[in-house]
Amino acid sequence: MSNREVVVTGLGASSPLGGDVATTWSALLEGRSGITSLPEEWHEKLPVHFAGLLAEEPSEKLERHRLRRLDRTQQLALITAREAWDDAGSPEVDPLRLGVVMSSGIGGILTTLHQYDIFREKGWKRVSPFTVPMLMPNSPAAAVALEFTARAGAHAAVSACASSAEAIADGINMIRSGRADVVIAGGCEAAIHPLNIAAFAAMRALSTRNDDPQGASRPFDVNRDGFVMGEGAATLILESAEHAAARGARVYAVAAGAGYTCDAYDIVQPDPVGAGASRAISAAIADAGLSPSDIAHINAHATSTPAGDVPETVAIRSALGDSAADAVAVTSTKSMTGHLLGGAGALESVATVLALYHGVVPATINVEEIDPGVVVDVVVDKPRELPSSAVAALNNSFGFGGHNIALAFRRP
Amino acid sequence: MAYSEKEILDGLAEIIDEIAGVPAAEVTPEKSFVDDLDIDSLSMVEIAVAAQDKFGVEIPDDQLKDLKTVQDVINYIQK
Repeated sequence: MSNREVVVTGLGASSPLGGDVATTWSALLEGRSGITSLPEEWHEKLPVHFAGLLAEEPSEKLERHRLRRLDRTQQLALITAREAWDDAGSPEVDPLRLGVVMSSGIGGILTTLHQYDIFREKGWKRVSPFTVPMLMPNSPAAAVALEFTARAGAHAAVSACASSAEAIADGINMIRSGRADVVIAGGCEAAIHPLNIAAFAAMRALSTRNDDPQGASRPFDVNRDGFVMGEGAATLILESAEHAAARGARVYAVAAGAGYTCDAYDIVQPDPVGAGASRAISAAIADAGLSPSDIAHINAHATSTPAGDVPETVAIRSALGDSAADAVAVTSTKSMTGHLLGGAGALESVATVLALYHGVVPATINVEEIDPGVVVDVVVDKPRELPSSAVAALNNSFGFGGHNIALAFRRP
Repeated sequence: MAYSEKEILDGLAEIIDEIAGVPAAEVTPEKSFVDDLDIDSLSMVEIAVAAQDKFGVEIPDDQLKDLKTVQDVINYIQK
């Protein structure tokens, strides 16, 4: 049962660009920014006045009584899991062979903060009895497992902004190891709150380009000044190739491999030469049984921070080697979505899979003057078609704590 | 202040609709919370707190576990 091939058969997303995969993908190809203003009353207290807020509220898709007992992360996990499940053709699978790996970087922090307000104002008896099952970081995984009766195991990989990429990596390995035939894998984040904006701003990690919010997320541009917080989620249905073939499922891509490393360099600063990122990329390519020259496209982590974007390009070049690195089309869709933190890896995996499937790479927007330190070919101005010979693509995700995950997808 | 049985039933139905998503029309006196209305123990806690706010009658935890049906709650509040 080991080393079984894993394929992607369903996709779901809810992002600052759209409430589903189709609207999100078309906005990515249009080069549209999903960044909007935070509530006016927050502006006075915060140095950042904008974020990537959801394009469609979960209340559009979930019943009122369910909303009140699900944290916003759980709501997003359920909505995107339902979309992905439907997209996969609602596979018939034994509950004992169905798994979930659903991550969030921060967990149910909006519940924590809201219930703390209630506790201080009204006392313990008014604290919701659902507070614990809403705030725990495994709550999105548990909610999805309950919804789809997934009994092979439900997990929540936690590695800050690499969390949902790690979820997909773990999902691939759950199927390879024989523990499941189908895995609902992805991640979510919903942390837009004044305290969290303040906390990231206190690290000097956020862009403060308040006079041009839609130009604030500008990965690889020389004038980038930090990332833009976003919220949202995405889910992939991973399935063993045999299981998908037996039911005649449409296959978007092969989820071919994953590389995991840790920098062990600094708690938040990226390694300036990207050694850990480079090792993750090489590991993913090797795990997928590919060669560097097979990689036609990389959806970069590139969050628009001064410290992060350039070392990632150095890591790509060192992992692929010069000739393969020269041929790869690199983009950062965070230029449009903002940074979904624990949801980023899953949303960008959806973008990576669709880029391979449709043969076109969305452009990175807001690149007016590329940083001279960038040593790869960044797709700017307009989407770029992939050659019909393109074999595979990577999605990079890195997290505070030094976590690096690279995922490799290839055409079926 | 004393409430009529009808007032309590209507108030409970509204609370149960809000908290558990059970349509108000289905909340009738003979219904069991667990067996008929599919209401779990954490939701019962929320319902009890909401009922306390609405009717001004506190339902202690050790009493709550004995209130199996909608009629049981009506009787408790009227008592």
